[in-house]
Amino acid sequence: MKPVLNNNLPKSVAIKSGRISERYRLFLYASPLLLLVLLFSYLPLYGWVYAFFNVRPGFSLFSSEFVGLKWFRSLVSNPTQTAEVVRVMKNTMAMSTLGIVTSIFPVIFAILLTEIRSKRFKKWVQILTTLPNFISWVLVFSIAFMLLSVDSGIINKIMISLGIQDAGINYLASDSYIWLKMTLWSLWKGLGWGAILYIAAISSIDQELYDAAKVDGAGRFRLMWHITLPGVMPTYFVLLLLSIANFINNGLEQYYVFQNPINKNSIEVLDLYVYNIGLLGSNFSFATTVSMLKSLISIMLLFFANRLSKLVRGETII
Amino acid sequence: MELQRTNGDRLFSVFNYTFFALFTFLCVFPFYYLFIQTISGNDLSARGLVTWYPKDIHLTNYLEVLKIKGLSHAALVSVGRTVIGTILTVLGSAFLGFLFTKRRMWGRKFWYRFVVVTMYFNAGIIPWYIIMMNLHMTNNYLAYILPAIVSPFYVILIKTFVESLPDALQESAELDGAGIMTLFVRIVFPLILPIAATTAIFSAVAQWNSFIDTVFLMTEAKYHTLQYVLLKYLNESNSLASIIRSQGTSNVDLTNLQTPNSIRTTVSMFVVIPILLVYPFFQRFFVKGIMIGAVKG
Repeated sequence: MKPVLNNNLPKSVAIKSGRISERYRLFLYASPLLLLVLLFSYLPLYGWVYAFFNVRPGFSLFSSEFVGLKWFRSLVSNPTQTAEVVRVMKNTMAMSTLGIVTSIFPVIFAILLTEIRSKRFKKWVQILTTLPNFISWVLVFSIAFMLLSVDSGIINKIMISLGIQDAGINYLASDSYIWLKMTLWSLWKGLGWGAILYIAAISSIDQELYDAAKVDGAGRFRLMWHITLPGVMPTYFVLLLLSIANFINNGLEQYYVFQNPINKNSIEVLDLYVYNIGLLGSNFSFATTVSMLKSLISIMLLFFANRLSKLVRGETII
Repeated sequence: MELQRTNGDRLFSVFNYTFFALFTFLCVFPFYYLFIQTISGNDLSARGLVTWYPKDIHLTNYLEVLKIKGLSHAALVSVGRTVIGTILTVLGSAFLGFLFTKRRMWGRKFWYRFVVVTMYFNAGIIPWYIIMMNLHMTNNYLAYILPAIVSPFYVILIKTFVESLPDALQESAELDGAGIMTLFVRIVFPLILPIAATTAIFSAVAQWNSFIDTVFLMTEAKYHTLQYVLLKYLNESNSLASIIRSQGTSNVDLTNLQTPNSIRTTVSMFVVIPILLVYPFFQRFFVKGIMIGAVKG
């Protein structure tokens, strides 16, 4: 592509020669779509300048005071703000870590499912356990709301009839075990779906490996351990690296729907915190600062994961 | 060659089947539970007396709830963004993916990377929100459509797919004097239909399920989607109470007056039904679909 990029031909030539003008025509066809990418993915980078101003709601950037690195300094020098950010980082990292720890579950799920002999059972399990992946977090919350409702929810009914608790407990308006609860909800939603990739990986393992091992007298568990597991590990490793790259990117939707004043302290992850202080608290500039730092750290983590992948697998992930 | 069955083997099988039966039950039961709440007597479900099977079956909820002011409009907003958004996303991403296979395109590699890189970084939600505000995308239906049109995942997927097609097909059409548009519409698009269908289904599900953009950008009720309205009903018992108060005494059947419970569950059903309806058709796209997440730029 080099010759195209340093193409210094005068415009008249470009019009006369059909071949060159086709280059630009192709680009022209693409340009409205590229413009959309520019507007919605690149232009937001310009929003970063808000981190260096003191923008108040209702005021434009131009009527705002330039404050330099004030917001960055306040991250470390203002004790209340530092404490807040530390709390939020703790939530973010705790839930990401739990996410990484549980990321082995889809692998186990896939290996166990391929051990099921009934094709029909296997198919139905796959279809039905994938369903929760396709509903929105709002609906997941609605389901949680319904199942955990204090006076009509099935969970409270069961707990009371088993004698585990005397009265209905409002599980959603509670601050305890939030990290674990959030991890369990994302497992409920994502486990079946997450396993599909591994099931595909397992089905592409050479059948001869199994046959050869069987001839050598390997039992079912040895086959799983020595052939199936190593067979899916490369796939798992790539996804693991990607989850390292996304370590502080645990999203907003799930925590947004589940948050309430009671669990706010332990559910606020970075994105949610930024939303809460930026859009609800109207501290645009500080929210932008945190948002910007988060993006920069994410990029660094991605490069780190990519480098790690290159070192270990000899192949990059991006 | 069949394996010899040991006791450990049998035990393992029992454990295995039990585990999957249980987990599958956990995945399906909430949907069933939701459904039986909506068709059971509203007074019974509000008191938590409907657990395993429906009681006093009636279907009035589905009609009554649709009468709530703004709800059918919200459904329309959701359907609109799903239909328009999906069509434009598929066409836009497919066309761009196709153009990126044209080696003669000016700066092809650069522009391809320009698009793909957006998969791995974003400026952050607040800077994004600021720019969306400056682009007048708040309280603007276009905010549901335009940002979704170019999806880097789909662009990569379609580019790879088009590259795998034999060149001869396009070449012969080009010799016959077909322009880029003709080439795309007549030759390439029919060939990429299987992969376009996959992207269509995933983009439709994403559009239907999306709500955080409404949270950020839409303050006016006329842009609120079904998802957003459901979230509001879950979080604001006040708005539900006023709906219930406004339903008046015209309703003769006193046992099935709307309760917060019945409204929430019925709206949830409206949110989940479209997914359940298309689900049987699209699970055969699963493996292709997960590819979308796994392809390399």
